[in-house]
Amino acid sequence: MLSPSSGNTVIKSKLIGRRMFLLTAAKAIVTFGIIGRLVSLQINERTKYKTLSDKNRFREWKLAPERGVIRDFFDKEIASNQQVYQVHLIPENSKDIEKLFVRLKTILNITEKKLFYLRRVIAKQKPWEPIIVSDNITWSEFSRLNLFLHELEGVKPIVSVARMYPDNSSAHILGYVSQVSAKDLQTKKYLKELHVPGMSIGKTGLERKLDEEIIGKIGFQRYEVNAYGKRIKQILINEGQAGKSFKTTLDFEVQKFTSELIKDKAAAVCVMDVYNGDIVSLVSSPTFQPNEFVHGLDKNYWNSLIKNEMKPLTNKAIAGLYPPGSTIKTLVALSALENGVIKPLDTFKCEGKIELYGEKFHCWEKDGHGIVNLRKGIQRSCDVYFYEVARKLGVDRLSETAKKFGLGKKVLDGFIEERAGVVPNTKWKKKFIGQNWYLGETLHSGIGQGYFQSTPLQLCLMTAQIANGGFEIKPRIIFDKKNNNLREYIKYKNENPNDPLPTDLLVSNFELKPLFKNQEHINLIKDAMFSSSNEPGGTSYRHRWENKKFTFAGKTGSSQIKRFTEAQREAEVKQESLPYKDRDHALFVAYAPYSDPKYAISVLVEHGGSGGKAAAPIAKKVIKKVLERHELRERIDSLLGEQV
Amino acid sequence: MFRARSIQSSLSIKDKIISIDYILVISIFILGLTSILAMYSTDGGEFKYHTKSHILRFFIFFGMFLTLSFIQIRFWHSQSYLIYILFFVLLLGVKYFGLTSSGSKRWLDLYFMNLQPSELMKVGLILFLAKYYHRTSIENLNRIRYLFLPIVVLIAPIILVATQPDLGTALLIAAGGLTVAWLAGVRVKFFAISGLAFLALLPIAISFLKPYQKSRILTFLNPERDPLGAGYQIIQSKIAIGSGGLFGKGFLQGSQSYLDYLPEKHTDFIFTLFSEEFGFFGSLFILFLYAIIVWRIIKIGNVTRSNFGKLFCYGFGTAFFIYVVVNMMMVLGLLPIVGSPLPILSYGGSSMMAIMLGLGIVMSCKVYKDTPVN
Repeated sequence: MLSPSSGNTVIKSKLIGRRMFLLTAAKAIVTFGIIGRLVSLQINERTKYKTLSDKNRFREWKLAPERGVIRDFFDKEIASNQQVYQVHLIPENSKDIEKLFVRLKTILNITEKKLFYLRRVIAKQKPWEPIIVSDNITWSEFSRLNLFLHELEGVKPIVSVARMYPDNSSAHILGYVSQVSAKDLQTKKYLKELHVPGMSIGKTGLERKLDEEIIGKIGFQRYEVNAYGKRIKQILINEGQAGKSFKTTLDFEVQKFTSELIKDKAAAVCVMDVYNGDIVSLVSSPTFQPNEFVHGLDKNYWNSLIKNEMKPLTNKAIAGLYPPGSTIKTLVALSALENGVIKPLDTFKCEGKIELYGEKFHCWEKDGHGIVNLRKGIQRSCDVYFYEVARKLGVDRLSETAKKFGLGKKVLDGFIEERAGVVPNTKWKKKFIGQNWYLGETLHSGIGQGYFQSTPLQLCLMTAQIANGGFEIKPRIIFDKKNNNLREYIKYKNENPNDPLPTDLLVSNFELKPLFKNQEHINLIKDAMFSSSNEPGGTSYRHRWENKKFTFAGKTGSSQIKRFTEAQREAEVKQESLPYKDRDHALFVAYAPYSDPKYAISVLVEHGGSGGKAAAPIAKKVIKKVLERHELRERIDSLLGEQV
Repeated sequence: MFRARSIQSSLSIKDKIISIDYILVISIFILGLTSILAMYSTDGGEFKYHTKSHILRFFIFFGMFLTLSFIQIRFWHSQSYLIYILFFVLLLGVKYFGLTSSGSKRWLDLYFMNLQPSELMKVGLILFLAKYYHRTSIENLNRIRYLFLPIVVLIAPIILVATQPDLGTALLIAAGGLTVAWLAGVRVKFFAISGLAFLALLPIAISFLKPYQKSRILTFLNPERDPLGAGYQIIQSKIAIGSGGLFGKGFLQGSQSYLDYLPEKHTDFIFTLFSEEFGFFGSLFILFLYAIIVWRIIKIGNVTRSNFGKLFCYGFGTAFFIYVVVNMMMVLGLLPIVGSPLPILSYGGSSMMAIMLGLGIVMSCKVYKDTPVN
């Protein structure tokens, strides 16, 4: 019994040993498999997994930079920043968002609509990214929030800064800032790396033009966080960089003064330094409250802006298009002189109307101006005289001069709302209207009606370039110390009165671009404008300044909205008796002081009636204000010069 | 045979102590110390609950292992059925008096510790089958009649454990049992047949699976399926191991575990933690220790004379190896997360107890290698 049993045992042992050997081989294979996997993870792919591990560990929160400040010429902040109280919420830190909302509603003033919006935002972004529940709460709400903070997991009270405009007078030229929209993100490349939830960007005006530089550089905080999103320690902080601040050429005092002056009208005023193009004032009326846009616009306020027929959101000075009316007569005359079509003393007889090409053309003076030469034509703004001049000149030569003086194109840089206007000619009509030019239309163009369209800023530029002796200037609004060549030239000329420079030397020595062939022609126009404002019979004679210091030379204009019917003309219907919408736009351009031109101004009053009555009085007051501040401005200018 | 018996019975205490496999003991001890180091790291570098309790358990059960080594191999042989029945009764006890934690009923409250009988069953089944196949003659081995009992003792605890539910442990119990049966000489065709039967029953089995178990299997097949849900553990574990690189992030510097990205870092993912902090070389070190342990166990199986001893050592050694590789493959993303601890390294009293019990019996096979069991 023993031996078979033990034999059996031995066989069994051998069997077991054999099978164990197989198992051991299998084990070796599996072990090498595991080692292979370790090699692949820990050696071959270690960089990838290290990156992933760091991605786990670190989280970054972006910090919105402080927007740069915009100052006026005297370094007064016209777009500044103020402290605001905000409520932020980090969704992942809150156990129950809905409960939190209910609780927040009892503390803050949040609408259901806002909550709906917040839920959508939460669903879209990463759970640790903060959302802004409210970006501007009052101090009392803020302190109440802090009191209940222990019940509000995930909520963070934040003291931040936001845009603040001390005054509404410059709302149009400054523009406004508002929340970044989805469209902004698509269209503006610089926002791609910049965007922080809750950041405001410039939507119009200077705020928009300067946006890329004024926003600043984004900062970030990097934290080590655990798997539950709790911040363990701060690894890195980059404060970012506040946006660049800008100094403008605007004079805040003049802005306020002008704005107050025209606040009840739909109007615009531009004031420009005739030598360097510095825009001293650019006001459009009625204005709006840019501060309202910063923290999400109130719907009622928005509707009131949209529905207002005086169009408060439009910057009329650069985006409003008006026929230049009689203000263009300065250029018509200049163009005719330059092209040798007329001589200054050539006369025409005005009988109140002329008939040409089978059509009647009326002068605004029903009884006529009698014998009219160039000076009188401009002084009285005689339409018949200019019909004759325009007829001789032709629209193409007129358009050439008008374009040279800045009409028909955008004159500022980077303002999306600015419009170019129209300087019509035969080619233009063929291209855009598809018809041939009628000679009658030349006559309308000669008095600035018809297809002519211009902005008040263009008219101001036109006047400035006449006032400075006919040299090209570029309007500018961002302060720039350089580019005062024209001043140097004037200085040179005053020191060497008997040494007029030939044109080519003007260009090479002073980098000036003369817009004339003969400067005498410019002087003739300037003189005629003087007579228009300061001699009896002139269209703005009633609103002159006798004080030499303020004496200005100007040109009135009114742009027709509706043609007068024969019946109205016969009945001598006054503008004031027409319905508001049918009244002419009143225009006035001028430069001052006459003896030593420093500033040019253009005034537009929508549906104001005649330029002499509605626009000139405004110009008169603004001119005084600007000239009173001139010395102050000079002083600052020279101080700045010394610093360099 | 008489001679052998007389030799064995004449073993002095000194002889017994000398005959212990010191390489195995030292390897286990080093592994134990390593596990304390790892546990200290999971506690964030402080002596907190897990570390303290792990140290206590390791030394208690290490002592138990050494003590058990001197128990006669004959005792283990004669009592194996009883031990199996005892563990089975404990498993039944879990079903009726067990503690429920996170949805499964696995533990018995013994006041001084929570016992997980399924861990003990891993050893119990191997012990039972080692004895059974030791006693079954080679002619009867593959007779259907003789297959009946092994199938019953295999299936019964597996069903109990799987319904706790604890799929991972159930599979590991099965792996140990099947290994012994196969080593004993059961024909491959039976395994093939039961394998086919298993496949046929798989759809039914799947219908019994809890949703989380199904999701784990699906997730294993594609971990990125739900990166923040079920796949999270696999992804985070791979990130931790991979980011350890060659030399690791340094002791107590494992950001993945320190910042709680790593789940279950005390138990199933302890290897991940160690790999993250000590890198590729640390991983190799652990693998090396386990290889030595398995190698020594098999070696003891080679020198022990009885087939009972051989079957147990081979069976337990292989099962031990399976526990290790299943856990490692799991944390390396090569197997689904089934919840199986790493022997000795992982936190957990019952697992430690079962492993030390098994090692004790193995060591007893060494000390009494020439003693016949019947």
